Amino acid sequence: MKLKIIISFCFFICVAFLLISATQDDGFGPYSPTPLKFIIPKDWPKPPTNIFAKNKLTEEGFQLGKKLFYDSRLSKDKEVSCASCHQPFAAFSTFDHDLSHGVANTFTTRNAPTLMNLAWMKEMHWDGGINHIEVQPLSPLTAPNEMGSSLDSVLIFLESDTEYPRMFKKAFGDANINSQRMLKALAQFTGSLVTYNSKYDRVMNGKDSFNRFEKQGYELFKANCASCHKEPLFTDNSFRNNGRPLNRLNDIGRMAITGLNSDSLKFKVPSLRNVQVSYPYMHDGSIFSVPQVVDHYIKVTSAQPTGLDSNLSRPIRLSPLQKNQISYFLYTLTDTSFTKSKRFGPDGPVYFKH
Amino acid sequence: MIKIGIIKLLMVAVYLLITTSSYAQNYGKLILRFKAVANNKPLILLDSSYTNAFNETYQLTRLKYYISNVNPSGKVLKQYNNEVFLIETGIVDSLLLTNVLPGIYNKLFFTLGVDSALNNSGAQDGTLDPLNGMFWTWNSGYIFFKMEGYSSASTADLQRIEHHIGGYRYPYNASKVIELDLPKTLKIDEGSIATININVNIDNYWKGINDIKIAEQALLMTPGQLAVKAANNFQNMFSVSSIEQ
Repeated sequence: MKLKIIISFCFFICVAFLLISATQDDGFGPYSPTPLKFIIPKDWPKPPTNIFAKNKLTEEGFQLGKKLFYDSRLSKDKEVSCASCHQPFAAFSTFDHDLSHGVANTFTTRNAPTLMNLAWMKEMHWDGGINHIEVQPLSPLTAPNEMGSSLDSVLIFLESDTEYPRMFKKAFGDANINSQRMLKALAQFTGSLVTYNSKYDRVMNGKDSFNRFEKQGYELFKANCASCHKEPLFTDNSFRNNGRPLNRLNDIGRMAITGLNSDSLKFKVPSLRNVQVSYPYMHDGSIFSVPQVVDHYIKVTSAQPTGLDSNLSRPIRLSPLQKNQISYFLYTLTDTSFTKSKRFGPDGPVYFKH
Repeated sequence: MIKIGIIKLLMVAVYLLITTSSYAQNYGKLILRFKAVANNKPLILLDSSYTNAFNETYQLTRLKYYISNVNPSGKVLKQYNNEVFLIETGIVDSLLLTNVLPGIYNKLFFTLGVDSALNNSGAQDGTLDPLNGMFWTWNSGYIFFKMEGYSSASTADLQRIEHHIGGYRYPYNASKVIELDLPKTLKIDEGSIATININVNIDNYWKGINDIKIAEQALLMTPGQLAVKAANNFQNMFSVSSIEQ
């Protein structure tokens, strides 16, 4: 008897749930995300962690992340978006700027790095202070000299907007907007920014060939630069002291994160992919051209200042011709299918504040 | 066909009912209630002034901290979900564990802080949502213990005190396992609820294993050696005042 009551009770509960779920309609249509596959280019190493393991990559999540990335309304003065400092045509760095501009005529304290192949990068920022791609946007969103906003006001804005609730529903199943979802959507966009279609890549895949200058430059690159700027990512994502002096901002680099004296003036080795369009160079944007960067390494390996990275202990000697050859090789790392990508670029006109 | 479907549905429902009800019966509940005190008085934010061992007078405006890995046995048991609680004076003073194994306990263990894995596995929600103001945006990781206020001894702007203690990176991990003796035996039965009242003595934050002087360190907001120095005082801040059961 008792069992019968329990069974009929359960039955009613189940029916009630079915009825409720059938009638629940928020007018945004059904939840049917389109899964995307993250493709690792041929012969590349596997990323150190799968950034999409707990953040299922979907077209809807990617599109939401892209919209957030290009939306300047997220900032305090509604004028600065992620893309203001990470411009697609500069491989998502700030074109031609040593430091970038934040809200209210502020300056950033470091050169905006490129955003590419981030799925292979365990730590973000020049000092590696950010330990996961998902939490990266918190820094520029809230820094008073970048977007100058607060997480609170960003979420309030997104909730009050006419389009975002619909896009969150499409990406995550319901229209709830919270910081975790916003950050995961942004990571779906930024984590998808993969560049692997430069002339260098085509040469490696046997579909193109270097000219004589580029070929000689490649040999010189492998002999002098490749131990830190490791192929195929053109970085080993380590932190090193490359001999740039302490700048006016007293930027001690990685030491500010780890508190270790041995990390003084160490900065992340940047990838050299798309280096032609991401000038100026170095953590503070203090060098404006590739040949000048090569000059820096020639000088610094001869002067051997204290703390200089051990990979630079041997003097680099290059003739003016060889310097040019290295530059020519580095220009083969430009991937215009990436910098001009419609998929990664803004959907409409975007105002890049300068 | 439809009939089979309904029977299957019923079987699932019955199974769920049986398993969830037996689950509830196997565990007891435990409430931890935290009461901040200073100078032998309950801590009141904003208005009341307190004096530390170095004769520095201060008021506090905010006190919040993460409590995780709570368990009365000293062993990290699989049954305990890795729930992280955020206690904030004047706002949330207690936490509830719903899955304590029945038994007799003489001690209580918890971590003041957040396990390192949760510090570097991306965007979190709930109590770990960065919206709670306990996440460093420039040096990823959680602030484990946040105490803010004012002191005439402070050399900082507006005579502020801002102690944001945290950091998970080796060798400066500032999370601390707190081990407390219970004043009497705690008996957890199936389905029972017990409460442990815990005092959080701010006097012992300033003077414990290490001396933390406001005049020397009004602002402490980065992971590192100093944060660990302050964190080493956490153990002595906590004591069990009473058990209700």
